[in-house]
Amino acid sequence: MALSTSSNFARPDDAFRAIVEAHRGLSEEQSADFDAALVLILANHIGDIDVLREAIVLARRRMVDGKQQQQQQQ
Amino acid sequence: MAQAKTQFGYRRHPDQVRPGQTPAEHAIVVVGAGPVGLSLAIDLAQRGQRVVLLDDADRIGEGSRAICFSKRSLEYWDRLGVGDRMVEKGVVWSVGRIFHGESQLYQFNLLPEEGHKRPAFINLQQYYAEAYLVDRINDLPEIDLRWCNKVTALEQRNDSALLTIETPEGAYRLSAQYVIACDGARSSLRQMVGADFAGQVFEDQFLIADVKMTAEFPTERWFWFDPPFHAGRSALLHKQPDDVWRIDLQLNRYADPGVEKKPENVRPRIARMLGHDKFDFEWISLYKFQCRRMDRFIHGRVIFAGDSAHQVSPFGARGANSGLEDAENLSWKLDRVLRGQSPATLLESYHVERSMAADENIRESTRSTDFMAPNSHQEARLRKAVLSLAKETEFGKRMVNGGRLSVPCSYNSPLSSADVETWNGGPRPGCSMLDAPVRTRAGEGSYLTDMFRKGGTQFAVLGFGNGAAIELPGDVKDIRVGGEGGLVDPGGLAAKRYDAGSDTAYLLRPDGYVAARFRHPTKAMVAAALSRAQGLN
Repeated sequence: MALSTSSNFARPDDAFRAIVEAHRGLSEEQSADFDAALVLILANHIGDIDVLREAIVLARRRMVDGKQQQQQQQ
Repeated sequence: MAQAKTQFGYRRHPDQVRPGQTPAEHAIVVVGAGPVGLSLAIDLAQRGQRVVLLDDADRIGEGSRAICFSKRSLEYWDRLGVGDRMVEKGVVWSVGRIFHGESQLYQFNLLPEEGHKRPAFINLQQYYAEAYLVDRINDLPEIDLRWCNKVTALEQRNDSALLTIETPEGAYRLSAQYVIACDGARSSLRQMVGADFAGQVFEDQFLIADVKMTAEFPTERWFWFDPPFHAGRSALLHKQPDDVWRIDLQLNRYADPGVEKKPENVRPRIARMLGHDKFDFEWISLYKFQCRRMDRFIHGRVIFAGDSAHQVSPFGARGANSGLEDAENLSWKLDRVLRGQSPATLLESYHVERSMAADENIRESTRSTDFMAPNSHQEARLRKAVLSLAKETEFGKRMVNGGRLSVPCSYNSPLSSADVETWNGGPRPGCSMLDAPVRTRAGEGSYLTDMFRKGGTQFAVLGFGNGAAIELPGDVKDIRVGGEGGLVDPGGLAAKRYDAGSDTAYLLRPDGYVAARFRHPTKAMVAAALSRAQGLN
């Protein structure tokens, strides 16, 4: 596994907060534009296609889990 | 507009009137006299093969069509004896610029280094390329070029294929050991073998206009995203010989081709782009992209090459150029098989290598097309982010995809012998040879590609330095750089590009691809690699 999923920030709350605050005052559309730019900037910084692919798989799993939860509730 | 540039006469051939109705037998019949079929026929003829070349038309030159010919294609055409003519007529270029709105995002140079015989690209109308190839064919008695000969039926036999051919004087039949189908994207031979042609159709439509005008734009490829003269879409401007300019405008998927193609509707669009309307139309065409390939390039005795086998979007100049790479890949193999020097299974490597290249070309051109015409809101959003980041960042510029231009594919091939030593550069097995300037002992300036093609392209060993001369099999050419009696490598570019030490040797295939390379070659190592590259084991 090339992707690190252990906690890398000394103060994780700061990181989360920084992203949350960056969205403040933006419309839905602007927020989506912002996220797209941020993802590309961070992906380039990582600069490792294997890490990126694993991150994509991990993020996509939310969609699958969401679907399964919905099915279980039904 | 769109006038036939060259007209050829139909001539009756003795094959058409044979006693007893037995069809004439030929080794090779090439179907389709486009750039690929013409080049393949010349290559085979230069190897001593007799070729019947059939075309259903009696002319070339309906519109400019393919215009960008790559360095690789020019090196191939050098070997076919037409390179100089193409380059003299063509517009040489290596720089491209990408604009977004009013401002330039970045520029790129496809050949930023010196010491290559041929430029990154030339632009040349397809009808010129075809006319020069036909002229060359007229020097080659081995080629029997028959215009107005349309293949209408195919019958596969065990060791041959039987073709029925329609002519202005009625039908006749020919038997061929191998039929090479270079009959284009709408290949009728593909239908006759019953092969499907699966892939992706893109919904956005593109308008091509070749306009004639005098203009001072530089000879560069200019590509716009969302230009002020064509809001929200992309545009391309590129120079061709004779003051003809290729303009490509993206339209939406609902545009009505019949309406959009009318010159009176195209004119204001172009005038908005150029800022004037002092131009004439050479050619107007409206098209949708398709990216698709045949599953197998070989069907019994019929082998497919060029657009008949694979089709890509035009951004990237991967259509005609990859077809020419098909031709150079196939011809030496077919020659060896027909001479009994290699088993027929060598031809399978044509399918393996060229379908791999087709996949790469389709992948690249699909990515470019998706970037130009995003499929969803989110894709459009990501593209917007890239274009906006490109204004401030290096990585953003490199993500902008306005077409990735054709480069030779690297084959992962059964004909290659894998590296066993450590290399820090140079073309690895399966890659195309690199050019470099050299000087002969007589002091004459030349290039490695010229040394390779001199006297016809066969297998060759490109050796460096004083390394013990290996005894080579008789039909393997010896090209030596450096050492006593070898070519002079002024500036050491050749050695550098090949990561060569004092004993290094590269085994080159007749199509200029690297089959194997050795830091310290022995006769046995070269022989084994040669035998593998010839499909003998």
